[in-house]
Amino acid sequence: MILHRAFFPLIVASAALLSGCDLVLLDPAGDVAMQQGELIIYATVLMLIIILPVMALTVFFSFHYRASNKKARFEPDWDHSVSLEIIVWALPLAIIICLAGLTWVATHRLEPYNDLRRISPEKPISADVTPLTIQVVSLNWKWVFIYPEQGIATVNEIATVVDRPVEFKLTSATVMNAFYIPDFAGMIYTMAAMETELNGVLNEPGEYRGFASHYNGPGFSYMDFTVHALDETGFQEWVSTVREADQTLDRDSYVALEAPTIDHAVTYYGHVDADLWRRILSMCVPRGTTCVEDLGGHGGHSKHSGH
Amino acid sequence: MQTDLTARGTQGAATADPLWGKLTWDIFPFYDPLVFGTFIGTVLLALAVAGLITYYKLWGYLWNEWFTSIDHKKIGIMYMVLGTIMLLRGFSDAILMRGHQALASAGHVGYLPSYHYDQVFTAHGVIMIFFVAMPYVTGFMNYLMPLKIGARDVAFPFLNNLSFWLTVSGAILIMISLFVGEFAATGWLAFPPLSGLTFSPGVGMDYYLWALNIAGIGTTLSGINLIVTIVKMRAPGMTWMKMPIFVWTTLCTNVLIVATFPVLTATLALLTADRYLGTHFFTNDMGGDPMMYINLIWIWGHPEVYILILPIFGIFSEIVPTFTGKRLFGYTSMVYATCVIVVLSYIVWLHHFFTMGAGANVNSFFGITTMIISIPTGAKLFNWLFTMYKGRVRLDVPMLWVIGFMLTFVIGGMTGVLLAVPPADYVLHNSLFLVAHFHNVIIGGVVFGVFAGINYWWPKAFGFRLCEFWGKVSFWCWFIGFYFAFMPLYVLGLMGVTRRLSQFEDTIYAGYFFTALIGALLIAAGLAAFIIQIVQSIRKREALKDTTGDPWNGRTLEWSTTSPPPYYNFALPVRVYERDAWDHMKRCNYTPPTEGFEPIHMPRYTATGVVLAAIATVMGFALVWHIWWLAIATFVASVGYTIFHTFNYDRDYFVPVSEVADIESGRMFALPEAGKA
Repeated sequence: MILHRAFFPLIVASAALLSGCDLVLLDPAGDVAMQQGELIIYATVLMLIIILPVMALTVFFSFHYRASNKKARFEPDWDHSVSLEIIVWALPLAIIICLAGLTWVATHRLEPYNDLRRISPEKPISADVTPLTIQVVSLNWKWVFIYPEQGIATVNEIATVVDRPVEFKLTSATVMNAFYIPDFAGMIYTMAAMETELNGVLNEPGEYRGFASHYNGPGFSYMDFTVHALDETGFQEWVSTVREADQTLDRDSYVALEAPTIDHAVTYYGHVDADLWRRILSMCVPRGTTCVEDLGGHGGHSKHSGH
Repeated sequence: MQTDLTARGTQGAATADPLWGKLTWDIFPFYDPLVFGTFIGTVLLALAVAGLITYYKLWGYLWNEWFTSIDHKKIGIMYMVLGTIMLLRGFSDAILMRGHQALASAGHVGYLPSYHYDQVFTAHGVIMIFFVAMPYVTGFMNYLMPLKIGARDVAFPFLNNLSFWLTVSGAILIMISLFVGEFAATGWLAFPPLSGLTFSPGVGMDYYLWALNIAGIGTTLSGINLIVTIVKMRAPGMTWMKMPIFVWTTLCTNVLIVATFPVLTATLALLTADRYLGTHFFTNDMGGDPMMYINLIWIWGHPEVYILILPIFGIFSEIVPTFTGKRLFGYTSMVYATCVIVVLSYIVWLHHFFTMGAGANVNSFFGITTMIISIPTGAKLFNWLFTMYKGRVRLDVPMLWVIGFMLTFVIGGMTGVLLAVPPADYVLHNSLFLVAHFHNVIIGGVVFGVFAGINYWWPKAFGFRLCEFWGKVSFWCWFIGFYFAFMPLYVLGLMGVTRRLSQFEDTIYAGYFFTALIGALLIAAGLAAFIIQIVQSIRKREALKDTTGDPWNGRTLEWSTTSPPPYYNFALPVRVYERDAWDHMKRCNYTPPTEGFEPIHMPRYTATGVVLAAIATVMGFALVWHIWWLAIATFVASVGYTIFHTFNYDRDYFVPVSEVADIESGRMFALPEAGKA
């Protein structure tokens, strides 16, 4: 059959291609991303139950009932069958019911705003663990990370502790961006004067890539950062290295940082103005500007969430 | 590596001159040899075409027979021509991007700096959706629907002409932006605040806004027109449930258009106000909410994809019964499936931005509603499948496209449902997986359907068939090319590569981008074969002539007319008794009437549509470049000309019985043959 001839090289080619590549979405280093990747596979398999027979039937019918095959039955007026119609509607419905159930449960379990329920399939979360909080600001075209507990800040580099939950609080001081570490927990938008949240964990030590995944202007291709997943000691060392930097991220240095740059070098700030995050959210960092909540009327930063 | 931000030298003057607005000499793309070369090439090509038209003295013919025509068939064909021309433009953009990414992913700089690359992907999206897919489906609806319901034209023939020319006006503005100034570099939906004045001060965004505003009015008017036509002008006896499926999908599509295009117009108008009047609907500060724009634009944007695919589903539902020699399986469930899709398409828009963080309840709701749409869509696929069952499948070119569609579209449908699972979307959103998905449904669905339809109805429109050989070459190039171009993108998406990147840091993706480039080149070959097919068929038109009016043994009313149909379509009102009306007439040994004709009431051609659209184009250009005096003057002119047009009372005429009888006796020789088929 002529369609087979078209498909066969494709299958061979795709098999050859797939064997050599690194499908990070299906084999990530973080537990949340791992569950998301597993969901992709479950949902695909569920749908293939119906897709594959349809494709096979398409090929079979167009071959078997070809005009030149006079042996095949021909019933030009046959256009209705209650039992077939029931199958036609019920089969997709059944698949979708299963998928919808899966979706409801998974969406609630993997909601990015929720605290983690486990560290990994083997490790439950202990009651006294506190997530590592990192505040994220997207600027043109770089990422600013503030560690409120540690009192440090960086540009285009973060470090986390292996198996310790991480809680990102995110906003933007420019256009809308999407914050994305494929190994971590999916992406979330960053939006000016709004705060979003992303919870996740990295389970394997290593160096991972994060980047802006929503187009944001000319510097888009270069707006990426490095994520180090370190053990507790390694993390403390990294924090001390950052702390040694004598720069302070305060209102003035932040305003200077806001100027558009492309492919900004990794920068460490040993100290952070504790009020800076609130001012970024309220869009009143530059001196002489009024914070949104003081403007009156409705407005003010809102947690962009349906909770 | 640093990209030079100052390279964007084409945004126009910072402040508007009273006479020339923001126009200055550096608006022309002297800075970029690639664009400037294209500019020179395009100008030369345009001059050559204009020269040929002048040489063969065709201006009068084009003006009198086509541009001012309000015959739905000619307008339909003009829509198809517009779609094809813009397809070539949009596809050039695609090849540019594929070539650039293949180079950039292999460690080269590539040839498109980001300010240019960003305009190219924006233009590609805008052109392919608004000025390729939309004209194609509108063209089919215009040409076919009145013929299929036994009507002589649409309800408002002049409005139809105006709608078409307003769409052309938008297309012209976009084409001008290629050479005069710049185009938007925001992505095809132009999300603010990036598309706002602060972050996109140049004229590119303004071209975007005015082109879509003007074309959008045309689309809305056309939607109203076609709905009224279906509701009021069906042949006697054609009850709702006897309409061909294509008419049903046309009706549903136009309901969608009328309900959603005003949302687009309003949204773009608010953004226009932000950019021109200093309002703060979608700005970051002063109480603006950019996220409102994203909601609004997708409230239009999601139904839009059904506006594109539903008429195509109609095309498939017409082709499959013809080429299997059978009645369509499950007509009733097909109708209900279409209607269900219309309703559901309004409550799924949020699946385009699950990652905004609306919470698990909201995300699950929109995810599940999205999945539910796949049920009626799946039912449709099964219906086509069971139409083939116990049929006599003729693998002519239109049917090849249908089978190619059925195999390809299910993959796109599957990945679409996958993207509707919010946690899966958290990792797949904005990735090349998503890009592969929507090209899978738009190429595998809309484009395959358009080519199926062109091959199927070409003999009806022009009186001769398209040659088979090049049609098959075109199909196989597109079909195989599609898999080579987009399967690698699915894989890249799973590797965590996101869309719209113009530079890459490592070279591990190079093999995939190179495979995708080969796919794009195969598709280019398919497009070339399509053009060759048309040229060859025109040259061999005598040999390919269709004298029957019914070359495929069709089942619906358009095949009861001659090829091409007389300008009044039907000499006498057709009486419809069954669903596949023409099939039924043939079985009852129908013979066309030879007497009893009456004078036919027909509308006169008018230049008003062309003139108004021309004024709108100039007005759009003036607004883009802040040439206020010209904008005011053209606005006044458009209102004035509209009022002037209302005083034109010479709008209709009657075709005398003798002329009708003459034309109808000409077809006498042809039709009995069809009756035997």
